[in-house]
Amino acid sequence: MQVFDVVWRILLMALITYLCRVLTLVLVRKKIKSRFFRSFLEYLPYGVLTAMVFPAVLYCTANFYSALVGMIVAIILSLFKRGLLTVALSATATVFLVELIMRLA
Amino acid sequence: MRFKQGCKDGIPIMLGYLTVSFTFGVSCVAKGFKWWMPVFCSLTNFTGTGQFAGMDLIAAAGSVLELIATMLVINARYSLMAISLSQKLTPKTTFGQRLLIAFGLTDENYAVAMRRQYEVTFDYYLGVMTTSFSGWVVGTLLGALAGNILPESLLSAFGIALYGMFIAIVIPPCRSSKAIATVVLTAIGLSCLFYYTPYLKNLSSGWAVIICGISSALIGAIFFPVKDEENSDDGKDGEAISSDNNSETNSQHNFDIENSDSNVSTKTESAACDENIENITADDTRIHTKGEDKNASL
Repeated sequence: MQVFDVVWRILLMALITYLCRVLTLVLVRKKIKSRFFRSFLEYLPYGVLTAMVFPAVLYCTANFYSALVGMIVAIILSLFKRGLLTVALSATATVFLVELIMRLA
Repeated sequence: MRFKQGCKDGIPIMLGYLTVSFTFGVSCVAKGFKWWMPVFCSLTNFTGTGQFAGMDLIAAAGSVLELIATMLVINARYSLMAISLSQKLTPKTTFGQRLLIAFGLTDENYAVAMRRQYEVTFDYYLGVMTTSFSGWVVGTLLGALAGNILPESLLSAFGIALYGMFIAIVIPPCRSSKAIATVVLTAIGLSCLFYYTPYLKNLSSGWAVIICGISSALIGAIFFPVKDEENSDDGKDGEAISSDNNSETNSQHNFDIENSDSNVSTKTESAACDENIENITADDTRIHTKGEDKNASL
């Protein structure tokens, strides 16, 4: 594929992505009155983020079991309200260790 | 000051992005792109899933229509996030500032901004997005340049980093909020349904996330509507207590003035008044704390 083709396709991607973000951010400016809609918006990020994580997290590493253990570690640490970085790095370290042990075993 | 705080809050995102964009850079070079192409993509797009999916399609010489459709499906959630972020921004945020904020509207920046207890200012968001964006671009560059140097095992382990961050965002508030716990559990159930059930699993993951996210949030909104903002921060109990105290203070205050010629009486009354003020302060603190809890769960 020509360099030019790649560049304009990347720019097309950027344009669509930006339009998805900017339109409602600029157009919807008044505080929303509807109690139902405000509730919906409050819960939406949790719904979307959760749907992105589960069960995809189980398949994000080279190995199902390492991801499973990593996920469990992340959930337990989160229940104890550890910070974002602590949870992320602990999960990463867990996956690395589990895969190391599995290779050695 | 707020910019600094934003930068600080953006650091965990930056570290998460470094690893994810690193893998993005590696995978693009592995697909045959020149090193600067993924960097150019990260500079202009600043989105995770979209970039992975888009570059895949370009590499596979997919049609332009397919590229447009995929990007729309994957990024549609941003327009929903933009609505709720728009509610959280201070009203004085200008049009130009919104144009800039929109560029930095990623899942993680959004989540961090929404977790904040106060209204989000332009300075704060700019801090978050500058920090995370630098991690995103630098990570891509490093990944594209040093692609095959890292051992496979380490790359695999880093795959879970961003998911870990998401988990750390959605799980903690489940402990204090039944509503959020319900939403999260519903989303997990639906998402697994779309992932494992025949036919349903043929749906692209972008669509599945949109459907599961919207349905679970709807269920939350139906069964656990948020409290009205016009009333006090915290349900009717808090309001009743604080208004009771207010009326008592007023009456005591009046009484105090009426009896100001009598020293003894004034002392007693002012003591009573002090006590009352203490009560109010205690109640206010309690209400405030509850409010914080509620906001912390945001």
